[in-house]
Amino acid sequence: MPERPLAPTLRPFDAVGGWTIALLDSLGRFGTFFAEALGAVVTPPFKLRAFIDRVDYIGYRSLLIILLTGTFTGMVLGLQIYLTLVRFGSEAFLGPAVALSIIRELGPVLAALMITGRAGSALTAEIGIMRITEQIDALTVMALNPMRYLVAPSILAGLVTFPLLTAIFDVVGIFGGYLVGVKLLGLSPGTYFGEMQTFVDLNDIMTGFWKSLSFGVIVTWVCTYKGFHVGHGAEGVARATTQAVVLSSVLILVWDYFMGSILQ
Amino acid sequence: MISVHGLTKSFGRQPVLRELSLEVATGSITVIIGRSGGGKSVFLKHLIGLLRPDAGRILIDGVDITGLRGGALDEIRRRYGVVFQGGALFDSLSCHENVAFPLREKLRLPPDEILKRVEGALGQVGLEGMGAKLPGEISGGMRKRVAIARALVTEPEIVFFDEPTTGLDPVLVNTIHHLILDLHRRLHFTAVMVSHEIPEIFEIADTVAMLHEGRIAEAGPPAAIQASQNRVVQKFIRGEPDNSEER
Repeated sequence: MPERPLAPTLRPFDAVGGWTIALLDSLGRFGTFFAEALGAVVTPPFKLRAFIDRVDYIGYRSLLIILLTGTFTGMVLGLQIYLTLVRFGSEAFLGPAVALSIIRELGPVLAALMITGRAGSALTAEIGIMRITEQIDALTVMALNPMRYLVAPSILAGLVTFPLLTAIFDVVGIFGGYLVGVKLLGLSPGTYFGEMQTFVDLNDIMTGFWKSLSFGVIVTWVCTYKGFHVGHGAEGVARATTQAVVLSSVLILVWDYFMGSILQ
Repeated sequence: MISVHGLTKSFGRQPVLRELSLEVATGSITVIIGRSGGGKSVFLKHLIGLLRPDAGRILIDGVDITGLRGGALDEIRRRYGVVFQGGALFDSLSCHENVAFPLREKLRLPPDEILKRVEGALGQVGLEGMGAKLPGEISGGMRKRVAIARALVTEPEIVFFDEPTTGLDPVLVNTIHHLILDLHRRLHFTAVMVSHEIPEIFEIADTVAMLHEGRIAEAGPPAAIQASQNRVVQKFIRGEPDNSEER
């Protein structure tokens, strides 16, 4: 039966309804994808070789960018915090200020954003190309679960590599602050590190750890999902890659706020 | 035996398959021909369980696969071999590893048995000594042959070929067709092939089925199809242009 055209006054409601259904549909698929991935993560057989490959892909190959951004973040923080603290004669607190900023907040967030840019985008592009060249279909028709081979190892690798890379970011960031505060601006090393030991406790370190762990899941989940549901051809892969990076970055910042509120 | 009854599929408001019915005899080579964009690959994806129909049934030896999911569908798929249009070889694996993959992951054979079977399969498609190369380092024709070796190495009962010769020169088209024919004679699998290669497919097919506007316009032995009085079939096999399209 042919559909009757809607009255002009009803069209905005129709559009909002259509948009809402599409949004709920994609949220449902996003959630179902994660549930399937989780099923593949916790049930055997475990794909050790694929996991090691993903640790190398997401973790080891992101090391250089983490070292660079960590060092310079620490240096910038060292300089800016010193210039602020010196106005109040409190430059002795430079060490804890740099360490707390990096360990609780900047380390997990910036490391996750850097890994998203380097490895997350590549993950989406790789899986997207596998989708459009029918490699994922090939796995399916071999009666092998693509989630087990492509998604579960990536999420597991995210759980391992994000906290490790964040820890490295934290260490080199604190070292960057040391270079500026101690070597450039003349603060004593004892003051820089001594005050740090007084003010930074295990709770701060665990806050950064839980954040990095959750970012590892978010980034690998979003990036593999976008790769799996890629559009057609090179344009589809390019769009999916951009969406994966943007969505991951936004979710990192939003989730960081919630985690920060919970883990005060 | 593969029996397809009333298979119907639409994408949005665009109907692609309209109550398509077809019988594929066990051990035969059935070639599906038809215009580009006519739904041949969509039909093949239904047969291998990658798409679900809106209506209709697909029976594999009497088992309706359209309602199967998960492990039950995988049980049927274990009897399949599929050669995809572009080969669908795993880029990061060598040709040897690609062919070994279903043996290692699907059949879980011991390493020495895998080695023996992979070397045998690569030998059957004329690629001895090429196992170490990555798919990106070999020609399109070689990639198709590796894909055929991967599809057949598990000795499947049913093999699906999705345009296995697209983009190849006439010599390679003949080479691949004769390779498929030769392997079919030796391994006795049931083959369903989607192809545009007219008239070459008449040499290898037991049955040719012409898909037109979502239905099988005509199916039969190659000689019968070539002698068909159906205007749609005649126009297609003669390659006549579209300006007097029959509806």
